[in-house]
Amino acid sequence: MLITILRRILYALPIALAVSLFCFALVHIAPGDPINAILPPDAPADVVDAVRKTYGLDKPLPVQFGIWLWKVLQGDLGKSLATGRDIWPDLSGALQNTLTLALAAAMIGFPIGIVLGSLAGAFRGTWIDRACVGTAVAGVSVPHYWLGMVMVVIFSVTLNWLPSMGASQDGSGGWSLDWEHLQHLVLPAITLSVIPMGIVTRTLRGIIGEILGQDFITTLRGKGLRRPGVVVHVIKNAAPQALSVMGLQLGYLMGGSILVETVFAWPGTGLLLNNAIFQRDIPVLQSTILVLAMFFVALNLAVDMAQSLIDPRMRRA
Amino acid sequence: MSGDLVKVRDLAVRFVSRDRTVHAVRGVDFDLAAGEVLCILGESGSGKSVTLRALMRLNPAARTLMEGTVQVAGRDVVAASEREMEEIRGSLVSMVFQEPMTALDPVFTIGQQIGETVMRHEGLSKAEARKRALELLDLVQIPSAERRLAAYPHELSGGLRQRAMIAIALSCRPKLLLADEPTTALDATVQIQILLLLRRLQQELGMGVIFVTHDLGVAGEIADRIAVMYAGRFVEEGSVREVMRKARHPYTQGLLGATVHEGMRGKRLVTIAGAPPNLETPPGGMPPDICAFAPRCERADAACEQGVPALDGAFGTHRARCIHQIAEAVTC
Repeated sequence: MLITILRRILYALPIALAVSLFCFALVHIAPGDPINAILPPDAPADVVDAVRKTYGLDKPLPVQFGIWLWKVLQGDLGKSLATGRDIWPDLSGALQNTLTLALAAAMIGFPIGIVLGSLAGAFRGTWIDRACVGTAVAGVSVPHYWLGMVMVVIFSVTLNWLPSMGASQDGSGGWSLDWEHLQHLVLPAITLSVIPMGIVTRTLRGIIGEILGQDFITTLRGKGLRRPGVVVHVIKNAAPQALSVMGLQLGYLMGGSILVETVFAWPGTGLLLNNAIFQRDIPVLQSTILVLAMFFVALNLAVDMAQSLIDPRMRRA
Repeated sequence: MSGDLVKVRDLAVRFVSRDRTVHAVRGVDFDLAAGEVLCILGESGSGKSVTLRALMRLNPAARTLMEGTVQVAGRDVVAASEREMEEIRGSLVSMVFQEPMTALDPVFTIGQQIGETVMRHEGLSKAEARKRALELLDLVQIPSAERRLAAYPHELSGGLRQRAMIAIALSCRPKLLLADEPTTALDATVQIQILLLLRRLQQELGMGVIFVTHDLGVAGEIADRIAVMYAGRFVEEGSVREVMRKARHPYTQGLLGATVHEGMRGKRLVTIAGAPPNLETPPGGMPPDICAFAPRCERADAACEQGVPALDGAFGTHRARCIHQIAEAVTC
């Protein structure tokens, strides 16, 4: 088992390295000399050279990558071009907010998806199945930024029940578990939970339906196991695949909430990315993407390990 | 013929879905005495597995219509509640399946899968269940049983998996063991080991066994009595010796002629022309019920289309469902 874990980590390392290489390359792939983003176009040549030197842009690219990676590993992501501040404090605040939102959405979407999907799989072909699948399809199909706006219109504007903007009353980013923060979380979390709910429902329906059709279910019934006893077997068989879908979805929630964060002015990484794109703030863009991608890699690693804990067949190879 | 363990009368099983009805079993009668081994022989789709599953009511409940009388040790299987069936399954009657790879849960150990049965039916503790599982693995001759308890199905060979499957089936000392082609998925050398094991266990534990197979050799090896099934009905029934040596139904004869056995060197194998009938209800309703084998039978004439022949004969317990029964002894 220990060897399996080590091997999985070893597999993840090259992926992480490739991702960081890509993020580093972003600066150089973007059109124009990165120096143009720092200095006005009419800057004198000797100033350009001096700045080039201070930023280390005169060194060969592999060396630049090495230096950059070394700094990143020490937590130094550089400075924002737009604000001139260190990136990490802003980014870590935004990450916390996004993580809060993503986890809240997952806590709403995953359980509902699991229940609907299991029901649909167990009662395949009946009206229960059709109702659950209908809900799932609706969830996946509705554009979530539109849903967000509709919710704002209903619950904030018309009914005046819940706030529509930001993560707290004073606009600060911090999070604590109280009603003030919770009520800001409700609308964006529900909006964001709809797509993973639909996807988990559809996947679970497939998994459960397939497992219930397998021979060993007949064996279990043949042994005289009651329904709860059979359900235990179904759960353990479904868990590895279900976990991988949910892990992937959580990753998407982290990185893919740009639109929802924009609609609700949620001070997370999505908003940060959005602003960075419009301000051509490439270091911020680079750092945010890097951190989100690393989170994705780590999440996959965690899912991988959980899977091999549950399913003995995955421990080999 | 005493039916003190199993009594089946007029068993009919239909699978019904929205757009079709399959008449898988169309009237089966038989008895089984305690400690007797009956082999149901037939090709794919003849209804032999469905008959077997009907004895435990294991056919998919939502789509299955079951009629007739099925009694196992005096219990009415057709009328029993699901709860009663759950009590009977695994304790009074249990089943060994064809494909041990898929019939065992891949993410539970062999020990867990044996243990949960005895814990379920006999209320044993975990430690007692483990002890019983060990005894059972010894009983089915799995070497280094201690280690095998913690093994997952994919870590065992096909033969060991089937032994583990048998151990699960025997875990609560059933009076009736149902075996659904338990050797079909195995290598020839392993097949004979499993057969010998089943035969020995049957004698030691005194179980009644119903064994479904399409392999005549297997049937001859293990059975006391053989029933040949065709298109959802028994077409011939008798002792192994009677059926194998003096087959009376043309279908049984055809099967014997199409099988390799001793003393056939240099002879040609003869296949039965045609294919078994489709048991679905055709559009426009069921046609008149006649001898199902008539379309493929050399002896068929107009008389064969006057209804289903009775399962009968002038030979006591050796009965065939044919009005042109072959009287002369056939030596194969």
